[in-house]
Amino acid sequence: MTTLRPSLAGRDLVSMRDISREDLLAILDEAVHFEDYERPILRGKVLGSLFFEPSTRTNLSFTSAMQRLGGSTLGFADAKVSSTAKGESLVDTIRVVENYCDIVLIRHPLEGAARLAAESTEKPVINAGDGTNQHPTQTLLDLYTIRQRRGRLDNLKIAFIGDLKYSRTVHSLIETLTHFDNELFLVSPQSLRLPREFLEELDARGTVYSEDENFFSIAPDVDILYTTRIQQERFPDPVEYEKVKNAYRIDRAAIERIGGNVTVMHPLPRLNEIARDLDDYPGSAYFDQARNGVTVRKAVLSLLLGVGRE
Amino acid sequence: MNELTHRPEPGPPGAGGAAEPTIKVAALREGTVIDHLPAGTALKVLSVLGIKFEGAVTIGLNLDSAKLGRKDIIKIERREVTPQEVAKIALISPRSSFSIIRDFQVARKFTPTLPDTIENLIKCPNPSCISNSTWALTKFNVLRTDPLRVRCYYCERSLKKEEIELL
Repeated sequence: MTTLRPSLAGRDLVSMRDISREDLLAILDEAVHFEDYERPILRGKVLGSLFFEPSTRTNLSFTSAMQRLGGSTLGFADAKVSSTAKGESLVDTIRVVENYCDIVLIRHPLEGAARLAAESTEKPVINAGDGTNQHPTQTLLDLYTIRQRRGRLDNLKIAFIGDLKYSRTVHSLIETLTHFDNELFLVSPQSLRLPREFLEELDARGTVYSEDENFFSIAPDVDILYTTRIQQERFPDPVEYEKVKNAYRIDRAAIERIGGNVTVMHPLPRLNEIARDLDDYPGSAYFDQARNGVTVRKAVLSLLLGVGRE
Repeated sequence: MNELTHRPEPGPPGAGGAAEPTIKVAALREGTVIDHLPAGTALKVLSVLGIKFEGAVTIGLNLDSAKLGRKDIIKIERREVTPQEVAKIALISPRSSFSIIRDFQVARKFTPTLPDTIENLIKCPNPSCISNSTWALTKFNVLRTDPLRVRCYYCERSLKKEEIELL
């Protein structure tokens, strides 16, 4: 039986801002032991999975994580089929569902919904995405993938490319990376720059960073390229979208031009930001991220439920 | 001495006679004096307080102040401000000072301090924040006081002082 860190048993996972560097490293360390681990340690445990807006990968990977550890899930994948469609408040929904499960997973279109859910029940609550705010297990699996590929979480050169304005994945990862000493390259069209408050946070934490519109401004010895999808719906003017939609398309030739020993990441789904000719490039890690999502979520479920590995 | 005192510049010879003309307003027996409000904020402070006044309220606008150059001052009779009201005023005017008057004496004098958490005072400007739905209260964590920066406990958006809208 592994010794569990009591600070995580029974806790919520609502925001990466609640997670200390020590807890973060503890989760990542624990996750290493969950690679290919499939013993039924969560037999009899039920995950209440409340998806008030659709999700494919997050929903499936949590279900997979729970089932691979012997637990089960119940819930809904669309608010239209829940009592919310009848006008039930979120707090009431949580108070009812907590009777049916041991841990609650929630995705909701409104920011702060997971926090309100966590306030409404004693059961642990995991935020699977609240609007444009937080999606902490995405950040954990990104960090897990970075450490898996590069062997560390500090002294790295990390480039974020594409939509840095609206991507909660980017915001959360950048903010969490301030626990570590890295150099960041922020590459985006002018209209999709990282918001001011995150830049101020980087300044306050002493993180070295640079901003540029040109992909090739990044250092040739960059370690990580974290790319994002530029969403057409963010552009009121379709002409503006056409100008930038292919500006940050990464292919084999682009990778070779900046060096070649770089880890390419993307939270998926992708449109055309990453060319298919990169899928068999050894540095491409975006499908690893999907696999690591299950590994990290197994560790998170085990830790928050206070059930250790056998 | 808790009197609201205003000493204007001396007038032309013969206008007032006294060497140091002074307008005095009656001293408070019980109540609150809010002093050192930045000039032009007194009416906003009263509006924010939303008090149903029982006694007289005296307002001094644009008075000389060694500390601020110009200041406003408010005297509220028979009414002591609550900690919640102090927190509200701290959001508008963090450098103001409060005197609680009992039996003509200053029983307590203090400058407002913001609590670590501010509940139900600030409206979150994010329309997608759950606190703007019907079932949540508002709550903000104070990240720092000078310059003021608060963060919504729910949607985690941070606000500068000029972005804060009170409920």
